[in-house]
Amino acid sequence: MGQKNLATTIKEITRNHLENCNGLLLGQSISAVGWVNNTVPDCKGIVELPMTDVAGAGIAVGTAIVGRRPIFVIRFQDFLILNGSQLIFYAAKVKELHNQPAPIFIRAIGTEGIGPCHSGNLHNIFMHFPGFNVFAPITSKEYEQTWDAFMNDNKPMMCSEHRDTFTNCEEIEDILVEDAEITVCAISVTRLEAQQAVKTLHGENVKCSFVNIFKLKPFSLKEEIVDIIKSSKHILVVDTGHEISGAAQAIAYEIGKKINKFVHILGVEDKTKCICEPYQNRYPDSEKIITKINNIIKGDYTCQKE
Amino acid sequence: MRLSNFGVLEEAINNIDNTIKLNIYKKMYRSRKFEEGVIESVECKQIKSAVYLSIGQESIAAAIIEALGNKHYVFTQHRCHSTFLSLGGNILKIRDELLGLPTGSSNGKGGSNCLQIHENGINMFGHHGFIGENLPQAVGACFGSNKPTLCFLGDGAIEEDYIYPSIGFAVTHKLPIIIICEDNDLSILTKTEDRRSWDVSEVMKSFGIPSVNMADDPWSIYEKISGLFANTDGPIFLNIKTCRIKWHAGIGADKMHEWDRFSIVKEELLSLGLGSQLTVIEEEVNKEMDIVWDKKTLQQLLKK
Repeated sequence: MGQKNLATTIKEITRNHLENCNGLLLGQSISAVGWVNNTVPDCKGIVELPMTDVAGAGIAVGTAIVGRRPIFVIRFQDFLILNGSQLIFYAAKVKELHNQPAPIFIRAIGTEGIGPCHSGNLHNIFMHFPGFNVFAPITSKEYEQTWDAFMNDNKPMMCSEHRDTFTNCEEIEDILVEDAEITVCAISVTRLEAQQAVKTLHGENVKCSFVNIFKLKPFSLKEEIVDIIKSSKHILVVDTGHEISGAAQAIAYEIGKKINKFVHILGVEDKTKCICEPYQNRYPDSEKIITKINNIIKGDYTCQKE
Repeated sequence: MRLSNFGVLEEAINNIDNTIKLNIYKKMYRSRKFEEGVIESVECKQIKSAVYLSIGQESIAAAIIEALGNKHYVFTQHRCHSTFLSLGGNILKIRDELLGLPTGSSNGKGGSNCLQIHENGINMFGHHGFIGENLPQAVGACFGSNKPTLCFLGDGAIEEDYIYPSIGFAVTHKLPIIIICEDNDLSILTKTEDRRSWDVSEVMKSFGIPSVNMADDPWSIYEKISGLFANTDGPIFLNIKTCRIKWHAGIGADKMHEWDRFSIVKEELLSLGLGSQLTVIEEEVNKEMDIVWDKKTLQQLLKK
């Protein structure tokens, strides 16, 4: 019997929270349409919020204030724009302002290829505002770590998920190579693509390292990884979100500051994510990552349309 | 209709015990004198951050808290000094909060429109400036705890779109929440007649919520809220017409208020022969305020 996939892990954590820990799970259309990609269990404690997002998010925050540690499901990350006011202006600030926490676990789910208001990946916005922890787990073990971090802290947790990872059964290890031509640090589902890209390049005798980044805020790197990155000729950070002012750029800055080196980035182009195939502006796949790496190695850093 | 006797229960003042009447008066007088101290401190630049004064609106919190005590979760709007004081919040902590001192109720981080306090049985949650945000939060807190909850908001906030789904949720889940619209007729400076043609209490009736629309006569509020509570197991809505005497923010005034409830209440109590009791209350509160707003003390606190 194989290892359980990420969706099953999420469902098990949720069931335990709702059945044994007085928790709540709130959101819109969470107990229908496939039970959020089969990540929501059919049990007590599920609350439908069929209403304007600001009200729904406020109600979820209210349950957090009184200690129910709610899981708040946002089925498409683009909807964070609508839900964000209650999360950003209240939940994230109330602990710092009044020493009264509003611990809420925000399951913000990213996806691809379904148009301009359902395909966004917006974890970068929540890295910007004070008061959140922002993690982007794509494996079962990482999700358990994310949940434990939430339960052991009073900050709201922005858990940036991606639908393309729900069937993932594997843990993903760093590939650390000294004096590599390039180190690729990847975020969210682009880690699966970056891992593939690095394996392909190894087959072509290009020395590459690969680093998983799943804790976006607070962000830190183990010394061992810093050493590997330092020894690397080039560094590239890849993310699911827009490249401009995005998570990749912020993390690249942090890494660059640490090792005093320029860090390249790759994300989504500065264009709307449309619904039709040629204009979907999807997150970087392994092919795009390889092209970017080859251009960096060749010294051509200029063009985003690589 | 903007009249000081709109919807008022004429017999209410006679139905209420004198002790309760004097308690309500004391809450109102204390709020009024506190705000006068705030104004002086703003004038002499000891309070430097924006203030949102309750002057003119004191009777609402005074009557409601006198009727219900402090067993509720309370979610305030931005104009919340009188609610804080009527609940029995520590007066030195609110003063220090306005002064921006670490000894303030939120360590000087929140300020006037963002007061919050959780001590001595009080659970008052502050407002972060996103108008009407507190109603969905109050509904969520009430749902999550099933504890009686009060939510204060203004007549501008009641126009926000997220208010009505929150009320719908409270109705659907039969939540024990009292929603109080402190209707001063002004959204900053825009009058209700320039903003909408509909009556909020009529909207509430369509939700099936027991609803009251009346002026801020504290005796009527006290009697109404006590009666309504006895006869319902879901949300209750009160639209209480009141007058903001000072600006939306700051200590200036445009003299747009139609009445001053505090003066009316004082006249009523004097006409009932309670003058000597009022004098005792006023002397006691004045002494307290002399200490709270003593200029030398404030200078020392601000020097630290």
